[in-house]
Amino acid sequence: MGVKEGLLALLIDGPRHGYQLKIDLEAATGDAIRVNVGQVYTTLQRLERDGYVVAGSTDSSGRVAYHLTEDGRTATKDWIAKPEDLATAGRDEVSMKLLIALFSDNIDPSTVVETQRRATMSQLQDYAGLRSRDESVDLAWQLHLDRLFFSAEAELKWLDRIEERLANQGDSQEVPKRDRTEEEVR
Amino acid sequence: MSDLVLKMRRVGKTHGRGAQRVDALVDVDIDVAKGEFVAITGRSGSGKTTLLNLAGALDEPTTGNVWVDGRDLGDLSNPDLARIRRTTVGYVFQQFNLLAALTAAENVSLPLELDGMRVGEARGFASTALAEVGLEDMDGRYPDELSGGEQQRVAIARGLVGPRRLLLADEPTGALDEMTGESILKLLRDRCEQGASALMVTHEPAFAAWADRVVRLRDGQIEEISVRSEMPPVAGSFS
Repeated sequence: MGVKEGLLALLIDGPRHGYQLKIDLEAATGDAIRVNVGQVYTTLQRLERDGYVVAGSTDSSGRVAYHLTEDGRTATKDWIAKPEDLATAGRDEVSMKLLIALFSDNIDPSTVVETQRRATMSQLQDYAGLRSRDESVDLAWQLHLDRLFFSAEAELKWLDRIEERLANQGDSQEVPKRDRTEEEVR
Repeated sequence: MSDLVLKMRRVGKTHGRGAQRVDALVDVDIDVAKGEFVAITGRSGSGKTTLLNLAGALDEPTTGNVWVDGRDLGDLSNPDLARIRRTTVGYVFQQFNLLAALTAAENVSLPLELDGMRVGEARGFASTALAEVGLEDMDGRYPDELSGGEQQRVAIARGLVGPRRLLLADEPTGALDEMTGESILKLLRDRCEQGASALMVTHEPAFAAWADRVVRLRDGQIEEISVRSEMPPVAGSFS
């Protein structure tokens, strides 16, 4: 996840100015992503140029609130809905997506879990097929395949655990968030 | 004859009543075609074992219908059901339930002998099945002379022995080390490639990945999550 995706995802909950976005992005990711305000505004300008956000009114302190456009909303939903490819993506991408979803009022973390589970299970099936196919291929390839297989397995177990935690949280307490709006990302 | 070895339609199972009522399964549809290996995953309590028991005629659904080999189990008499359990369906369950007074080979050949197969022929099938699970030299051992993992493999051999069309497995690799577990999964796959069908319950993603199709039970309902690609990418090499 880049700063760009993070900002767009945060704006799903409503317009915010640059400094608030910096604070929220750091809070949402547990400071895994640190940005300075300058970076946030540069990114917002690029997003405005690309038609994903528009600058709105200025508050009494002179700060400009940015709004998501329809294109921006679509791009964000697409990003949330896209499973990550184990072979190419940094693994933290899924974590970041989940953290943003947990922070947001409008992104359902279980959607992220389910989408990712489908993609990773399908990869695991491919790896299992390859592992069962031929024991005679060279050792280096077998070791590499084992590595991919066990990474995918670990991710699926992690996703199961997240689902359990989300369910337990839902059972035992109100999630400390504002009420979800009608516009939940599905 | 239908190519579906197992067909379940709008199957529901309710345990208890009143305040204790639990809907273990709700309107479940599932098909297992000839030669297909299907894995069922899901959190504990999601209804996986209930589903397997219904598929194997070990329990009756509260609602809906189950067909095994084209026959509606609800229409069958008890002797007919017993016959299906002995000859068509192979069970590989968590409890080994081996008979202590019988050797490994006798335990494995028992279901075939009960079905009227001649002892010699049944023992032949039993030896083959024991060899398939890596116990070729253990025909004459009694259960208390075998380790937990070996007992489980005898139980697996008993579930797979003879020409069974539908193999039902509930966490079949529980007491086995990883390499042995994988060899059992490979065995299930081989049986499916030879024309049997398998439905396996597991909470282990690494085992589910051996199936052609992975479905997930959630709150008593089923969702498909992954189908094995027709042809996985070609095996690679670094050399």
